[in-house]
Amino acid sequence: MIEYVIYAFLTIAIAFNFLGSIALHRFPDVYTRLHGATKCTTFGTIFAVLAVVVHALNMLHKTGNPKYLQMALHSVVALVALLLTNPTGAHAIAKAAHLSGYLPKGAVVDAYLLKRKGGEE
Amino acid sequence: MIFFYATLMVGVAALLAVARLILGPSVPDRVVALDTLNTLVVAAMILLGAAYSRTIYIDIAIVYALLSYIGTLIIARYLQGGLA
Repeated sequence: MIEYVIYAFLTIAIAFNFLGSIALHRFPDVYTRLHGATKCTTFGTIFAVLAVVVHALNMLHKTGNPKYLQMALHSVVALVALLLTNPTGAHAIAKAAHLSGYLPKGAVVDAYLLKRKGGEE
Repeated sequence: MIFFYATLMVGVAALLAVARLILGPSVPDRVVALDTLNTLVVAAMILLGAAYSRTIYIDIAIVYALLSYIGTLIIARYLQGGLA
């Protein structure tokens, strides 16, 4: 019974990680690729960690080995580290791409650049 | 055993990210692909730790996540024109 929960979580994790990788190939410019890849892989990794936690707690309940409690707790710590660092890194990449002159595909007016220049003058 | 096959599928998704890393027309495209690849490697390490029942793989995944974040930040600061 609990195996089906693990299968469902793993299916969601693999599907969203694949969608994140496919977004890198299907989207036209840097910003949309960043949008697709970062969101989808973060969401997929959340479900991968949930599957591991359910598996570890199930094995802890079955065997009583404290190794599985350690596995569940460390997986949650890894997830928290990923959730704190991933959006920050994506924001840094987007800001750096804009500051080094890359515009979105089909953009005509760069209002952010005008606003920044207006602020400096 | 299901965790091992899940790791293989995440590895295939990581290969797609590697293809964008090689093909990417501009430097920010490659940085985005590298960031995606880092997240996928962390997910694969956690799943492999569950597949082999080794907690040390998950500890290495924590360290890898933090170090890859620092690497991404440094590349982004270099890209926007120095460490100003």
